[in-house]
Amino acid sequence: MGRRIRVRGQVQGVGFRPFVWQLARRFGLTGWVRNDAEGVLIEVSALSEGFEAALRAEAPPLARVDRIEASDVIAAPCAGFEIRASGAPGAETRVAPDAATCPACVEEIFGTGRRHGYAFTNCTHCGPRFTILTRLPYDRAQTTMAAFDLCPACAAEYGDPADRRFHAQPIACPDCGPRLWCEGAEGGGAIEAAAALLRAGGTVAIKGLGGFHLACDATDPAAIAQLRSRKHRPAKPFALMAPLEILLRHAAPSEAEIALLKDPAAPIVLLAKTPGLPEALAPGQATLGWMLPYTPLHHLLLAAVGRPLVMTSGNLSGEPQVIGNAEAREKLAGFADAFLMHDREIARRLDDSVERITPHGPMVLRRARGRVPATLPLPAGLPDRQVTGYGGQMKAALCLSKNGQLLLGHHLGELNEALTWEAFLQADRDYAALFDHTPEAVACDLHPGFRATQHAEGRGLPVIPVQHHHAHLAACLGENLWPADGGKVAGIVLDGLGLGPDGTLWGGEILLGDYHGFTRAAHLAPAPLVGGDAAQAEPWRNALVRLDAAGLAELADRLFPEAPRALLRRAAATGMNAPLSSSAGRLFDAVAAILGLYPARQSFEGEAAMRLEALAGPPEPGYPMGTGTQIDPAPLFQTLCRDHAAGLPPATLSARFHAGLAEAFATRARTLVETGAARAVALTGGCFQNARLLDEVLTRLQGVPVLIHRATPANDGSLALGQVLIALAQLEST
Amino acid sequence: MAHGGGGRAMRDLIEEVFTDVFRPDSDEDQARLSAEALREPGARLAFTTDSFVVTPLEFPGGDIGKLAVCGTVNDLAVGGAQPLWLSAAFIIEEGTEIAQLKRIVASMAREAAIAGVRIVTGDTKVVGRGSGDGVFITTSGVGVIPPGRDMAARHIRPGDVALVNGVLGDHGATILAARGDLALSSPLQSDCQSLNGLIEAVLAAAPGTRAARDATRGGLASCLNEMAMSAGVTVALDEAALPLRPEVRGMCEILGLDPLYLANEGTLVLFVPEDQAGAALAAMHATEAGRDACLIGRAVEKGTIPVTLRTAFGGTRIVDMLVGEQLPRIC
Ligand SMILES: [Fe+3]
Ligand SMILES: [Mg+2]
Ligand SMILES: [Zn+2]
Ligand SMILES: [Zn+2]
Repeated sequence: MGRRIRVRGQVQGVGFRPFVWQLARRFGLTGWVRNDAEGVLIEVSALSEGFEAALRAEAPPLARVDRIEASDVIAAPCAGFEIRASGAPGAETRVAPDAATCPACVEEIFGTGRRHGYAFTNCTHCGPRFTILTRLPYDRAQTTMAAFDLCPACAAEYGDPADRRFHAQPIACPDCGPRLWCEGAEGGGAIEAAAALLRAGGTVAIKGLGGFHLACDATDPAAIAQLRSRKHRPAKPFALMAPLEILLRHAAPSEAEIALLKDPAAPIVLLAKTPGLPEALAPGQATLGWMLPYTPLHHLLLAAVGRPLVMTSGNLSGEPQVIGNAEAREKLAGFADAFLMHDREIARRLDDSVERITPHGPMVLRRARGRVPATLPLPAGLPDRQVTGYGGQMKAALCLSKNGQLLLGHHLGELNEALTWEAFLQADRDYAALFDHTPEAVACDLHPGFRATQHAEGRGLPVIPVQHHHAHLAACLGENLWPADGGKVAGIVLDGLGLGPDGTLWGGEILLGDYHGFTRAAHLAPAPLVGGDAAQAEPWRNALVRLDAAGLAELADRLFPEAPRALLRRAAATGMNAPLSSSAGRLFDAVAAILGLYPARQSFEGEAAMRLEALAGPPEPGYPMGTGTQIDPAPLFQTLCRDHAAGLPPATLSARFHAGLAEAFATRARTLVETGAARAVALTGGCFQNARLLDEVLTRLQGVPVLIHRATPANDGSLALGQVLIALAQLEST
Repeated sequence: MAHGGGGRAMRDLIEEVFTDVFRPDSDEDQARLSAEALREPGARLAFTTDSFVVTPLEFPGGDIGKLAVCGTVNDLAVGGAQPLWLSAAFIIEEGTEIAQLKRIVASMAREAAIAGVRIVTGDTKVVGRGSGDGVFITTSGVGVIPPGRDMAARHIRPGDVALVNGVLGDHGATILAARGDLALSSPLQSDCQSLNGLIEAVLAAAPGTRAARDATRGGLASCLNEMAMSAGVTVALDEAALPLRPEVRGMCEILGLDPLYLANEGTLVLFVPEDQAGAALAAMHATEAGRDACLIGRAVEKGTIPVTLRTAFGGTRIVDMLVGEQLPRIC
């Protein structure tokens, strides 16, 4: 009696077949293994429980085994165990995300073997994947490695199932693989030249995995100041890169944070700032974003520099990261003193992912390199149909459903930027082609001015518009595999803003609902956004309208003596470009402005709110907010301003603000659960990137089932996911 | 004022306010026009109509009457036509001051004289209080396009440069200030003016001029989007080159408005082959309406986006068509 074993999950292009081959030999089994449309299929000559258990327990580092199904079969006799070619066309429809250089490869580049010092070393357990893929199936000829012919030594490794590089598509060595060089700096090899320039305070443009970075010495204030002025980026935090032993000299990560840094995805991890490094790296912030070197090139460079490096994306202000060599020379010439480049093309631009560890686990803030195109399973009870969600405007990302999986695409950026918009259009074509996706309907935001909405409407397919915060709620439910018939949930959605069905802008809501629909159970009392989007850029505008509404107009006059208050008050009164909004994000802006934490104009989105979070001192009782379904923040502002006048430190005021906001929403959500209206509480929306707010809310929801974001962003980066889930729920009911 | 119903009061009104100023050739209900201008082989007639509604009726730099003449003259002129005759139809709300009406009509006559057109026929109706907003005016215009002249957006080619005759947004900003509810005190004046003279000067100096359009409602952004789409090109603007008065820039920053979407009533955009740009600019600079003329961008090969704006720091922003009212989009 033989066994046929089906393995589902992320099992293609990650060395799973040679792993099975080795396992079969260990257990003395004959038979075969191959890839097909559903994953990996194995047939073995005999029953072996140990073998089946090891499939899951010992799976290669990049594999993710979702399910193993096995049945008894009469197996055809086999002489040994063979790796068979893929099944029918369309068999290999998966590709793994890019992965950081594995320990074995790191050892090789710093060792004495033939890959000593080679910047493009990789194996089946690490290296580029999605960023070099041009077409599926994932095969060398369909990657940007196709330009490099294998030398005999590499070919032998590639063909040997016992080798770590068996079928490693990007396999390369100094004899046959990509070449590295440095333009604009002299001396020694490319790495040495770049390192010397960096140590001397220069800026180097470095071609990485998903795009170019601009690097400089993170310990050198002059180098940082120069990069900031060249990039016209006064305050937005810079990410840093260092090997763990150097990182530990400048930060004190927890075990969980170290584990996340070392994850094959190698995200940027936000770590608490410790004294020592220049403040200019992230002015006013409580955290610094760190990542470990994730390519051999990074390992070699960092080893040669011996200091942490700033690694910020190589782009013109607001544009997407540069990926081509010629493009880099043209666009980054004004920023970089030299270019560390190579001749392996980047097929697909992917930003670094940004994540953090909260007291409640890991949290993704920006989902890109290393996380995409990993899929999420479809929650139970939703139909397995093909839909595309086009997401929002600010942190655009699209989402595809197919084969019981949800593919949330990579972070694209702000769609009013021309190149980002082109990247969005390309991503739409690209994902559809890669995954052989033909949607029967498309989902988008309710906002007619979002470019993604306009694109959805132009597709010629049935369009399912989804309210912004309903999509946030559904994304949170979906990530937590909330079943379609799981019942209603109280969604605390604290967000920037999104268009509501009543034509006003929402953003501080409790929505009671599920994938199928929602009602607005409670919301912040609205205030005008004076100047529309200008209210987002200039926090004091929000302070003005909130103080006025709280009867504190005189205080506003004192706090903002230079501001055109009279004109804006009339604009608010007459509704001249002053739409009403219940945005929670603007409430943070208002408080930050009252505490004087803000620049008159924010230099990046969320600057004031992030500073307010960074400032929060030890927990305090919260400021009061109004009762009822319309949550009035006037009492909050009145008490806050009393404290402010009494000279209490801003750290206390920030703590009380966070607590007050949390209290108002948590209490109402808890009541919805306790009265049986909701089965659980979901926390979503951009404000929940704020770890302090998350913590304060969760503290107040103890004993209540709570769903939070971990693998998908609480911000607009997961809107498309929520849109798809809601669209599927609608398709089901038609 | 109670002048409805076509009775005696109405005749008095027409006598008092209109006839003296417009002096029709006869008392017939039609204008009889000479076809002389069409005698040249290849000459074409151009005919356009537009309705004008504005609050307040009189504003710094103009009034609804001047607007109605300039608007129709400009609609003809940007198509390459030499405007000759206008009609004017008035809908007047009961209660409108006769003195104000007289000022508006005098202003129309004055502007028609400046533009070199004649108002040859017209109509007036009076509606009850609350059924109108003071005065609405509809003007139609007839002009002649000389033989061989063919200005149209579809002629724009990649490489052509985009020129404007003056600063952007003055009209929109002036109207906003003049409405009074914002209590804005502003030294601004509407740019309301006839552009037929300026266009003739440009065409004489730069006969290769491809197309022109006046950037009225929806501002420069909407006008350029229409032109780019019908030409099948992308128009790439340079933010630093956009001519804006500091007052307009300041007002836009405070109120959160984009000057590219503010209405103009005497500002046009021209597309000219690059080698004639200098001549076109010089011709404009020699006219009153074109003193501040400048180059704002160029047409390039068609991309995915009709109109782009290169920002100060080198990024490229999409300049959309205005769809309805602009709602905040930032989450
Ligand atoms: Fe949002
Ligand atoms: Mg018109
Ligand atoms: Zn490896
Ligand atoms: Zn080789």
